[in-house]
Amino acid sequence: MASIPKQTRLEAQAQAKAWNPDSAWQPPTSTQRFLDKVFRQLCWGFAALTIVLMVLLVAEIGTKAIPAFREYGLSFLWGRTWDPNKGVFGILPEIWGTLYTSLLALFFGTLFGVAAALFLSESYLGEVAFKFLKMFNLHFHPFWGKLPDRLEALLKNLIELLAAVPSVVYGLWGLFVVIPLIRPYCNWLHDQFGWFPLFSTDLSGPGIFPAVFVLSIMILPTITAISRDALASVPPKLRMAAYGLGATRWETILGVLLPTASRGIFGGIVLAFGRALGETMALAMLVGNANRLTLSLFSPANTLAALLANNFPEAGGKEIPVLMYAALVLLAITLVVNMFGALVLERAASKAEAK
Amino acid sequence: MNDMQRKPPAYLQDSGETFLHKVEAEAEKDPFEGVDFDELEVSIYRPRTAFSIILTWIVAIMTLMALVPLFAVLWMLIWRGGKKLSLALFTQLPPAPLEQGGGFGNAIIGTIIMVAIAALITIPLGVLTGVFLAQAQRDSKLAAGVRFSAKVLTGFPSILAGVFAYGAIVLATGGYSAIAGAIALSILMLPTIILTSESAIAMVPAKMKEASIGMGATGAQTVWMVLLPTAAPGILTGVMLAIARAAGETAPLLFTALFSNYWLSSGGRFNVMQPTASLAVLIYNFSGMPFKNQVELAWAAALVLVALVLITNLIGQSFSRQQVQQ
Repeated sequence: MASIPKQTRLEAQAQAKAWNPDSAWQPPTSTQRFLDKVFRQLCWGFAALTIVLMVLLVAEIGTKAIPAFREYGLSFLWGRTWDPNKGVFGILPEIWGTLYTSLLALFFGTLFGVAAALFLSESYLGEVAFKFLKMFNLHFHPFWGKLPDRLEALLKNLIELLAAVPSVVYGLWGLFVVIPLIRPYCNWLHDQFGWFPLFSTDLSGPGIFPAVFVLSIMILPTITAISRDALASVPPKLRMAAYGLGATRWETILGVLLPTASRGIFGGIVLAFGRALGETMALAMLVGNANRLTLSLFSPANTLAALLANNFPEAGGKEIPVLMYAALVLLAITLVVNMFGALVLERAASKAEAK
Repeated sequence: MNDMQRKPPAYLQDSGETFLHKVEAEAEKDPFEGVDFDELEVSIYRPRTAFSIILTWIVAIMTLMALVPLFAVLWMLIWRGGKKLSLALFTQLPPAPLEQGGGFGNAIIGTIIMVAIAALITIPLGVLTGVFLAQAQRDSKLAAGVRFSAKVLTGFPSILAGVFAYGAIVLATGGYSAIAGAIALSILMLPTIILTSESAIAMVPAKMKEASIGMGATGAQTVWMVLLPTAAPGILTGVMLAIARAAGETAPLLFTALFSNYWLSSGGRFNVMQPTASLAVLIYNFSGMPFKNQVELAWAAALVLVALVLITNLIGQSFSRQQVQQ
């Protein structure tokens, strides 16, 4: 009692005198109970609205696509021409372009994304910084000692910043920086290895490769973030056991850590694939909008999302149902991929919990 | 029959020695016999160690390479956009083709207004849904459904949000408008806000909630006076991240808000039911133009947009840091 300052004690006593116990002893008034009920209903309603919204999204696009579906049927999916003047529509080149660019981007994005996730989860940077500090005997210094952790956090934030840059800015960068930069090399590849299907055309401007380049940068943060979480949730005792058996660091990573985290990493890759499929702006600016079915990396092509972005603003009344049909196809592809990814991640999480 | 024929294990066979003898003989043996110590030494000349070191370097170089685009983009933005930066950019209207000068004041205001309307729609909706999810029973079917659709919506292609708003709002109201753009943006913001508020509220210590209920507070009082104030930093982080994402989105605005070369007013009155300019669409439109002035404006607009988005992001992250410190 003596340790509490007199001032505080007096205040507390004054407060205790002023306190009216009746306000706390009484049960909730009817207004309070009514408000509680309303609030519960409101929360329930808003939550239900989320599901309604999702159903509405599908229904809206679906119903608007019905006229086009009646007219063109399923042959729309393998038609190769898009000519509003003649009223001939087909989206096979767009479907191919969407899958081709996304899969290529996924390949590069996964390669670099998982590498970055390993770099982060092994905290190499912090280790190097720690060793460096140790040389100067500063590793317990109140300021410098925090450096390894700070560097790690900085690196993590930098990779997350990659995701924060709007896609239209990446598109602008790709258009004015990447394409002029890679063009000579791509054309050299075409000159030397033109017989190889991947290099069968030259890069005259926008094309698949610049689009894939930018797209893989855009999906990399997703893969890195999810893979890092998956690697971090591997129980430390597995790593210790592997080290204890004499495995080197990379034998541990390849033999123990990656297989254990594989489900989570796979879920991340699937979600990134969904993002790549639906990505619009960077592709609309970089892929070239040519209705072409091609294997060549340097040829212009088109994707479903880019088709929508380019044709919707000036679409006539007859073209709109057709575009809605194309949107429905894109929706179906991305919904399937995203649901699959969400399910895989959920399974991975529940499996980690079960351990 | 087979069981009878099988030989007993070696240590049970009677060979004149007892089992204990064997154990003793085993213990006297040099435990390191046959171990090649040179083999165990860590040396970069051993294939195993060399493999490990080489892969470490490869991963380090790949991580650095993954960061190059970020710095390249930021550098180009500052270099090409910074040259053009002036006060006039923020006060003037976009120039006509071949016209010099000009700015994108209307696009900045358009972006802010559309994101603000979208935030006004999604924050109550998202936070209360988050409250519902965090408070729901474990086996609640509705909660599972909401959580699943929020997760699927996170990966919803932004262009399809635009297609939806076009079908539901633009065709219904008969024209492109800021409202249609805002609704398209809100579809993209909603899942982020729902999922972050749910996890922020779920992270509030259970004893605080129990104490509140134990003192006789109703559910609504507990949520408003205990859960939401405690989870506020986490919720604000989610809101800021969603706002940052929406501000940079182009695809949903392309054919909902369209673009406009004028201020957001008609007949001198402020009006949100008309085509509205936004920074992102301005960048897209101007980047495709063959005029030098427009391309330079696109770079300057990109610099302003990235600055806006990154600042919003950093503010959001500072909130989450507060929560960690608590």
